[in-house]
Amino acid sequence: MAAQIEATAARPAASARRARGRRPRGGGIRGREAAAGWLFTAPAVLMIVVFLVVPILMAAWVSVSDWSGIGNPFGGGAHYVGTRNYSALLTQGGLARQQLVQSITNNFYYVLLVVPLQTVLALFLAVALNRRRLAGRGFFRTAYYFPSVTSTVAISIVFLFLFSGSGVVNTILGDLGANGPTWFADPNGLIHLLLGVFGVHTPPAALANHGLLGQSWWDWLSGPSIAMTVIIVLSIWTTSGTFMLIFLAALQNIPAEVEEAAIMDGTNAWQRMRRVTLPMLRPTLFLVLTLGLIGCWQVFDQVYIMSQGNPSGTTLTPAYLSYLTSFGNQQWGEGAAISFLLFAIIVVLTVLQRFLLRERDAGR
Amino acid sequence: MKTRLGHAKTAAIGAALLMVTSACSSGGGFGAGGSAPSGGGTSTGPLTVLIGSSGPAETKAVTAAAAAFTKQTGIKVTVTAAQNLTQQLAQGFAANSAPDVFYLDPVSFQSYAEKGALYAYADQISNPADFYPALKSAFTYNNTFTCVPKDWSTLGLAINESDWTAAGLTDADIPTTWSQLESVAKKLSTGGRAGLVLAPDHTGVDDFIYQNGGTLLSDDKKSAAFDSSQNVQAVSFVKTLLTSGAAKFPAALSAGWNGEAFGENKAAMTIVGNWLVGTMSSDYPSVKYKVVTLPSGPSGTKATLSFTNCWGIPASDSRRDEAVKLVDYLSSAEQQMTFAKEFGVMPSRESDAAAWTREFPSETAFLQGSPYAHADLAIAGGTQTISNYDSLVAQLASSDPKTLLSTVQTNFEALIKQNG
Repeated sequence: MAAQIEATAARPAASARRARGRRPRGGGIRGREAAAGWLFTAPAVLMIVVFLVVPILMAAWVSVSDWSGIGNPFGGGAHYVGTRNYSALLTQGGLARQQLVQSITNNFYYVLLVVPLQTVLALFLAVALNRRRLAGRGFFRTAYYFPSVTSTVAISIVFLFLFSGSGVVNTILGDLGANGPTWFADPNGLIHLLLGVFGVHTPPAALANHGLLGQSWWDWLSGPSIAMTVIIVLSIWTTSGTFMLIFLAALQNIPAEVEEAAIMDGTNAWQRMRRVTLPMLRPTLFLVLTLGLIGCWQVFDQVYIMSQGNPSGTTLTPAYLSYLTSFGNQQWGEGAAISFLLFAIIVVLTVLQRFLLRERDAGR
Repeated sequence: MKTRLGHAKTAAIGAALLMVTSACSSGGGFGAGGSAPSGGGTSTGPLTVLIGSSGPAETKAVTAAAAAFTKQTGIKVTVTAAQNLTQQLAQGFAANSAPDVFYLDPVSFQSYAEKGALYAYADQISNPADFYPALKSAFTYNNTFTCVPKDWSTLGLAINESDWTAAGLTDADIPTTWSQLESVAKKLSTGGRAGLVLAPDHTGVDDFIYQNGGTLLSDDKKSAAFDSSQNVQAVSFVKTLLTSGAAKFPAALSAGWNGEAFGENKAAMTIVGNWLVGTMSSDYPSVKYKVVTLPSGPSGTKATLSFTNCWGIPASDSRRDEAVKLVDYLSSAEQQMTFAKEFGVMPSRESDAAAWTREFPSETAFLQGSPYAHADLAIAGGTQTISNYDSLVAQLASSDPKTLLSTVQTNFEALIKQNG
């Protein structure tokens, strides 16, 4: 704020200076402003450098080293090994690649279901809460936001109880005459199960014998496992509250006149939503999708608490696999390499999403 | 105006300096760790002991034992129960601040021993020959018995007595061979109840493999023989049990693990370790059951698996002599009997066998397995390879044993090659 005022005050002086001709750089009020600017940002910059940039650089070094996890990775115990850790994960057909590919498949289905569903649910809740005549709005807003402020650990443990073999969910299903699965022990994929309903139990040869990165197409097309589905439901439920709040803030920024004008133009509710509200929410939608996408590719705590990658590795995610490889298996280089591959995936998908959601109206 | 900006400039320089110093101090911290001769352990204050506790009873018992040790020797000890032992240990080693004494499982043992991070102190412990052979082999690296086992468990066959009598079976029917096991399991399978529930991981098949004269990894961890014909035969037998409905994995019975399925009487028998005893007395006290030794394979070979942890000491620990004294105290025959009474473990010393059998007559079957117990599967960097083996076993009912074992063989061969 202070800097802004100073900037405004300095403007006439600066133009006068330009009119007079050259002045030595760095002097004058503008130069001091830069120093002050750095001062004001120093705490944030400091935090980012110490807790983000430096650790990232350290991890980058570990990912190309053979650090054993004993002592300092910068103290001569670790040696540069080039891209060995990356090639073990990508080009050699061993267990390391198999698990990475499986974790990416799992996480892909997780993202595919969580991001759209939580966005739609959040938007739906926000629109519902934005209605001007709604009794108990404060109550609903709190209720919907509640899962987001509760700790993931607590919610995960409650879900463990709910979905245990003889838990509440299966008891209710039993009362309804259905036989619930052993949620956290069922590695069957939803798409495979769906195909099973239509009598397809064994993969056609074309899918079983061909694949990508050492995983057959049949396994790529497994869909999320039953266990993963529980984690998906949990994630949608917990995060949609946060995004609802973001949508709600954006909705309240849309002037009522716009909607009134649309009503005057004879639009129905769906047309107003589709043609007026949604386009005006585009920046917010982009924000929510981006945050959702990034958060979903980094899913860790639910897996860590609820399933540890089990059953049969169907809830492994790259973030958890990186942890497992490093801490469990003591292969720190490979673990760090997984996290950089995950970083690459997130960057590529975010750029892709930005491209797909770009402003296209200008061309019309 | 001028003075204000002057202040700002001073502050900016100050902040920049702070940034530099903090960067220095982090760098310095690492440098100091790397150059110091004694990396691991605490150099001052009490000895630190990190345990992966099974519960409050164990934490209390170990803390009390440590206090008694302090009283005797004057060496102060702090016992900490880890939230996540593997992770905290890894953090400790990375930061050169590993605890002076810690619980260590056989797989982590292999990994740390391979890196030379463990102090081989077992020969300094009184009467090291007293420990059971299977346990010594679990904690031997490069022919050196490195750290001493704190206690152990073996697998036995637990039988629900009321199911047993209801099926018209008597003590004479207790299975001693695979075929008898299969036939009683079939008799005990009624309604929704399975005759036998097996652990859905490698421990569910490895005991059958050893009973059939098969092997998994060589003692030096340099060769693997998962796909041998004996192994295929043994795993095929387990598959037959599963497909005939005589045996089931816990998931098929809507149970989290085999002990739960057994306790809730969703299965009449289970192959399980000593840990069942605690679960049964706390969660299912009304269920009457007994534990017998595992049946032998077709050629009469008896075998069971053993599970254990050792007391680890970091190689670079500056106070390892004191740490060895503490371990010597904690692993003594007398102290182990105290632990056995307080949280139900089986002492790792043979000299405790008689006293333990007197104290826990219903659990003798677990101890009877000691002459033919095989150490549970362990290899350096093997966590993920073993858990992959586990996942494959969990799907045994619908897979081909031969393919399963050759996949496992390939994975372990790759790991052996990687370990060099």
